[in-house]
Amino acid sequence: MLPENLTAVVARNESWTAESATEPYEAGWAKEAIVFVRALKQPKGTLPKARIEISADGLHWCHEGSEFDLPAAKDAVTFQRVSHFGNFLRVAARLPQGAEITVLVTLHLKA
Amino acid sequence: MTQLDDMRRAIRESDPQLSRFDPLPRIICLDDFDRGMCGWTQLVGNYEDTLDAMLPGYAQHSHAMLSTLPNWDFGSHGGVDGSYALKIATRARKGAQNVAIKRLTFRKAGPIRLEAYFTFKPEATELALSETDIRSFGFLYDLQIGDTSGPGDRVMPHLRFLNAQDGEHIQKWQFKRRTMPIKPIGTAGKTITHYHLAPSDWEDLPGGEQRLCYNEIPTKVNWHYLRFDFDLATMQATGFQVNDRVFAMDGFDCIRIPAMKNLWCMLNLAFFAETDTDKRAFAYLDSVCLSGDF
Repeated sequence: MLPENLTAVVARNESWTAESATEPYEAGWAKEAIVFVRALKQPKGTLPKARIEISADGLHWCHEGSEFDLPAAKDAVTFQRVSHFGNFLRVAARLPQGAEITVLVTLHLKA
Repeated sequence: MTQLDDMRRAIRESDPQLSRFDPLPRIICLDDFDRGMCGWTQLVGNYEDTLDAMLPGYAQHSHAMLSTLPNWDFGSHGGVDGSYALKIATRARKGAQNVAIKRLTFRKAGPIRLEAYFTFKPEATELALSETDIRSFGFLYDLQIGDTSGPGDRVMPHLRFLNAQDGEHIQKWQFKRRTMPIKPIGTAGKTITHYHLAPSDWEDLPGGEQRLCYNEIPTKVNWHYLRFDFDLATMQATGFQVNDRVFAMDGFDCIRIPAMKNLWCMLNLAFFAETDTDKRAFAYLDSVCLSGDF
């Protein structure tokens, strides 16, 4: 059988302001992930970098170290490759006052 | 029992993967989540032109996961006979729901049987038993007659285990025969939507009280067996069993709405979880077996 290969949409049409993150996603079976973020509407304000976070239990989170740009225009896409992330994975960002982005966040995971 | 039945039973009972199920003669799918997602996906709501058209009940849904049931206090729990189960997780908001669905069609309108090993727990954010934090675990079919076999309906049998509501540990099975009003989506006249998992209109299954094993801290789970028998010819439920309890289905009925122009022979099956507190609810499926008599 071919190795597992999953496209999981973990945030769809969600508006991010202030401290925002995707829901915890378990993917311990996967050796690698690519996180795609697409802006579904024109973002507002100054966008910060998004960061990859990992967790042992889905409750307590650590900054994995990877950071990447959030898409600066409607339908623009940014991505980040991640590997060796253990089990729980999420994307988080701290948006400053006045900044807002409506996101579609997709995880591409491969065993 | 014919000789073929005897032979089929002997072969199945010697196979550890099948021996814990009692399938009808044809196995439509045997989904063991140690093999991956097995065709289970998220229930996305209908939309046209913009995702803003999606009803909030559907907008909250997200993708199920392959989980080892990891816990902060003792690590991975694992499944019935392997490392992985399908995890359906709600958001951490009272009343939040999530659904995993598999979309098929049927080739004969006859008896079908759904079997599964399942369990549920709230996210272990507190050092407390938390047995009333999950509102419900449930499952449903979304069915429609074939295009030439009508007149008939789109039929949606729903069953949920109402575990708790507003802090009360209720523990009973319920069904639904009414749904929310059907709303058109967009302007092309091709798509409609209705939120059939709304918290309203659940009715008690007569004799449906059941105390399920829950275990003694918020992280330990025990797996449960369920079986639901349905006849696609009559569109009636014919049997329901959970662990050692067999429930009478005389008082059961389904949501029945007019057949739709693009859903002929639809056979969708779905499982769902619902939280009763601002804490994530997790429903887990170790394995699902769908079988039919054809």
